[in-house]
Amino acid sequence: MKSFQRASFWFVFCLGLLAYAGVARAAMQIQVTGGGASRIPIALPAFTTQGATPAPPLTDIISDDLLRTGQFKLVDTSGVPSPTDISQVDYSPWLGRGAQVLTVGSSALQPDGRYNVNFRLLDVGSQSQLLGYSFDVATPQWRATAHKIADLIYQKMTGIPGIFATRIAYIQKQGTFYELRVADADGANPQTVLRSRAPIISPAFSPGGHRIAYVSFETNKPVVFAQDLRSGRRWVVANFKGSNSAPAWAPDGRHLAVTLTLNGNSQIYSVGVDGGRPTRLSHSDGIDTEADYSNDGKWIYFTSDRGGSPQIYRMPADGGPASRVTFQGGYNVSPNLSPDGKYLVYVTRMAGEFNIALLDLANGQVRILTNTAHDESPHFAPNGQMIIYATKLNGRGILSTVTLDGRTRATLSDPGADAREPAWGPL
Amino acid sequence: MNRLVLPTMIAAALTFGLSACSSTGTPKAEVQPATPAKTAPSGPATSGATGQNVTGSQAPTYTDERMNPSSPLYHPAVYFAFDRYNVEDKYRPMLQANSSFMLAHPALKVVVQGNTDARGSREYNLALGQRRAEAVVKVMELMGVPGARLEAISFGKEKPRALGDSEKDYAENRRADIVYSDQSGYTEHLK
Repeated sequence: MKSFQRASFWFVFCLGLLAYAGVARAAMQIQVTGGGASRIPIALPAFTTQGATPAPPLTDIISDDLLRTGQFKLVDTSGVPSPTDISQVDYSPWLGRGAQVLTVGSSALQPDGRYNVNFRLLDVGSQSQLLGYSFDVATPQWRATAHKIADLIYQKMTGIPGIFATRIAYIQKQGTFYELRVADADGANPQTVLRSRAPIISPAFSPGGHRIAYVSFETNKPVVFAQDLRSGRRWVVANFKGSNSAPAWAPDGRHLAVTLTLNGNSQIYSVGVDGGRPTRLSHSDGIDTEADYSNDGKWIYFTSDRGGSPQIYRMPADGGPASRVTFQGGYNVSPNLSPDGKYLVYVTRMAGEFNIALLDLANGQVRILTNTAHDESPHFAPNGQMIIYATKLNGRGILSTVTLDGRTRATLSDPGADAREPAWGPL
Repeated sequence: MNRLVLPTMIAAALTFGLSACSSTGTPKAEVQPATPAKTAPSGPATSGATGQNVTGSQAPTYTDERMNPSSPLYHPAVYFAFDRYNVEDKYRPMLQANSSFMLAHPALKVVVQGNTDARGSREYNLALGQRRAEAVVKVMELMGVPGARLEAISFGKEKPRALGDSEKDYAENRRADIVYSDQSGYTEHLK
């Protein structure tokens, strides 16, 4: 429904605007299959412009954002002149084309080099204004402004916070180098925060989003590090005999669950964010790994082969008896719980192929969301409405998102890259 | 001729290296795995002693048996079946030879590096590689090598030796390598 926190939301956004330049890139590839009836028909005619404007047009970025949620469909805008002001809007063509809502927008180059962007969301049926905003933005904030407008539209129409202005982290293989990167949620504006000749895996955002934990092999064994994204400072979280891996932040941001091999086999331990003595949480004589906390901090979901095949279990967050969660299939790994705790997403193996599966924890129903063969590392968006995962296209690692119904998939990575191990930062 | 000279030179360098393997303090991320693909055994069936190219009086002599391609100490590796981590009996003579070598050289340590094929979760594969390495360590412990001189670690599927997607490539990567503390590829900060 409606949220009345929008003004403060926007204010916070202005303070925290991304400080680096947007780079034009190929448009996202969005694949939608079936089920169009429930999608909100939105008309996004190009914003009118005065003076030069950065590329791409704001409405291109907004439409990519909205389309990949699977909750919107675009109404054809061809042949209808873009209205420049709310008083000029002729609703009849939009009614005729089935639009439920319509955006009207403009951008004007100011003498100080910034752009004044005006945007309104109009309800076609009632011919009334739903949203109206005016922003003064510099070129580096161009894409962020589009994402913010998409967030405003998304929240207004669905009652759910949008994720378009959030960030993702992933590992990019560049030649012989591995790069830990942070980018906008659509994959644009990638920034390298660590570069190494040794593999890096398993990045995980801290609950506040300003730290990332990860596993680096730079000393020829897996060691868990954490790094502050603002200062660049990095430190060792876990470096014990054997392997150290699979960091998962506790919701308090002060502890991490990690997989250690202190007694030989991989087991889940809790360590302080600054290291220190680990506390053992899981107890089996098999493999226990890939911990994931529930957002309320009560549970840890994890992968274990204690029953003979890798399956997902959960245990109390401070340890204790574990119960099995997945029962379909012989290989279920890499659990990630939805922010509301209602769904579990994981990797399942079927007929030798690895796909992303969604388990409804209330009724035990499993839905396979992907149909590619090498799908890995699923993570919920912070609003719980889509999932980012790694897959392969023509032998190259790419990042994709998929909606909970599996019907809308989008490809994020820039061409030529080899990306893997995505994680999604907080709202 | 080259065949004789080069290993001898390497062996000599290695012998000197034994006494000079203290830590430099700075981990080097560029260090490559110890087992170069060109000279490594090509698969499970040919791991261990092969005896190739070493005949009669032409046989070179090695000051360090680990440089002898026909020795079970040469790039020792254990291969595993899909999703398995049990050490098959055929590897016991090779592991016995390496355990005996460890006992004869008390200054040496070993890191056993577990690897997996490219299929499945990176973290689960890391744990699977760890179990493979751990299985090798357990055998060597039973053969008398003190556990304090052995460490099992895993590369999971992150450092594949074979880069293809064939069953042969996968089999090559389901492997645990024994790396001595005076060899390149040994875990840096443990030196």
